[in-house]
Amino acid sequence: MATGNGNRKSPSNAVKIILVIVAVVFLISWISKATTGMADSTWLNIRDGFLITFAAFLTLSIFSFLYNDNPFYKFAEHLYVGVSAAYWMCLGFWSIIVGNFVPHASKTLSTFFKVPFQEYSWFYYVAFAFGVILLMRLLPKAGWIARWPLAVIIGTTAGFNLSRYLHSDFMSQVGNTFQPLFVDWQGAGHFFSNLSLAADGQLVMSAGNWIVVVGVLCGLVYFFFSKEHKGMFGAASRLGIWILMITFGASFGYTVMGRISLLVGRITFLFDDWLSIL
Amino acid sequence: MKRQIPMMILSTIGTIFVLAYFSPGLEELEKGGSIFFDVVACFAFFLGGSNLVRVHIQKIARHNPGWGYSIVTLFGFGLMLFIGLFKLGNPLGIAGAPTEPGSWFQIIFQYCVAPLSATMYSLLAFFVASASYRAFRAKNTEATILLVAAFIILLGRTQLGLVMTSWVPDWLSIAQIPNLAVFIMTSPNLAGQRAIMIGIALGVVSMSLRLILGIERSYLGSDS
Repeated sequence: MATGNGNRKSPSNAVKIILVIVAVVFLISWISKATTGMADSTWLNIRDGFLITFAAFLTLSIFSFLYNDNPFYKFAEHLYVGVSAAYWMCLGFWSIIVGNFVPHASKTLSTFFKVPFQEYSWFYYVAFAFGVILLMRLLPKAGWIARWPLAVIIGTTAGFNLSRYLHSDFMSQVGNTFQPLFVDWQGAGHFFSNLSLAADGQLVMSAGNWIVVVGVLCGLVYFFFSKEHKGMFGAASRLGIWILMITFGASFGYTVMGRISLLVGRITFLFDDWLSIL
Repeated sequence: MKRQIPMMILSTIGTIFVLAYFSPGLEELEKGGSIFFDVVACFAFFLGGSNLVRVHIQKIARHNPGWGYSIVTLFGFGLMLFIGLFKLGNPLGIAGAPTEPGSWFQIIFQYCVAPLSATMYSLLAFFVASASYRAFRAKNTEATILLVAAFIILLGRTQLGLVMTSWVPDWLSIAQIPNLAVFIMTSPNLAGQRAIMIGIALGVVSMSLRLILGIERSYLGSDS
């Protein structure tokens, strides 16, 4: 790492030894995977062995951050940034530029890219021109003109979202909240005798509907800041917080489960695909 | 002019798309507008990629701390871009999808991007566990409710939750932890999610209106 006066710290002997050990371990792994591969040709075995070993190296490099920040983690992190940026760029190019723009822009290009030509449209040329203008953002003196395509992007998003959110996330959600508070009433005895989640468990189903109706109202009361949260309004707001806390708890639980599933997937890869000991 | 023209563009396009939603004859315009947006927005990927290259080249040229890692970023970026744009190693050539099974692009994704992405996210399991240990002490009613809800959801999704309450009779099945987890998800969680969604929808609508009417101008930046 560079220091203020330009001197550089050379890696210590311990770091060099660790680097050599890691390199040797993964080299052995590569050779081992290549020699035990099941592919048709030697070349494919060598390639697959390298790919699995490299994926295992990257996986362990990221996990090494649990101990501390280190050169292996930084290597994997920087590689991830570069490769994934290019990945999304390429997908954008092939699916949008070649998939949507080229068929409306040029017969020659459509033939070259082997996509069916549809019809010329000035509309798409304007879109392409706006896209090129967006790249002007990289030029310090002409950066201001990039606001035009930015305005197109924001304007389209605002126009689409205004009506769509109003319809799907506001009206539909409000409409779905109005549910029967006593589900399929068949008398008090039947109502209290079945505490199951099944369709005939009316108490639980009715309780669920009550919670949804009251919970949504109280949750909205909590988000209403134009009136002081006092008295009945304060009590409703407090109930709203509790409902929101249950939501956050449930979301947290699901997030943890999702992450643990990914962790299990990576550990399975290391022990099964790489080390073949499962 | 540097501020007025973008505001005019935004207002015009925003108004057209709002009207298109309510006008039966303008579905084609809405569809075309969506592709128009995609083409313009696609260049944001190129802008991002170009900026990445610029930042890392500057870092290497100035020999900033950690400049060696910038070479790794540029190498990964260049390699993936070269293979992806020219469809190198694609079994179907230029006519094949970039993610064609067996293509070099797909192989790099499968053995580099996917493991890195999955491991990065799985790393969060450790940090979430560590942070929740510190944060989720049952200090007050709200924290206790959050903790209990999370605990029931976690238990309800595992075999342990099923085993712990398997003795509970069917007529009281709501008391079984997996069922309780389902009940939490479909009732109080739904109510909270719905309240949040309604709040977000109102926020999006008001922000969209502010943008279309030219009240919100922060996207223009501070310089004139």
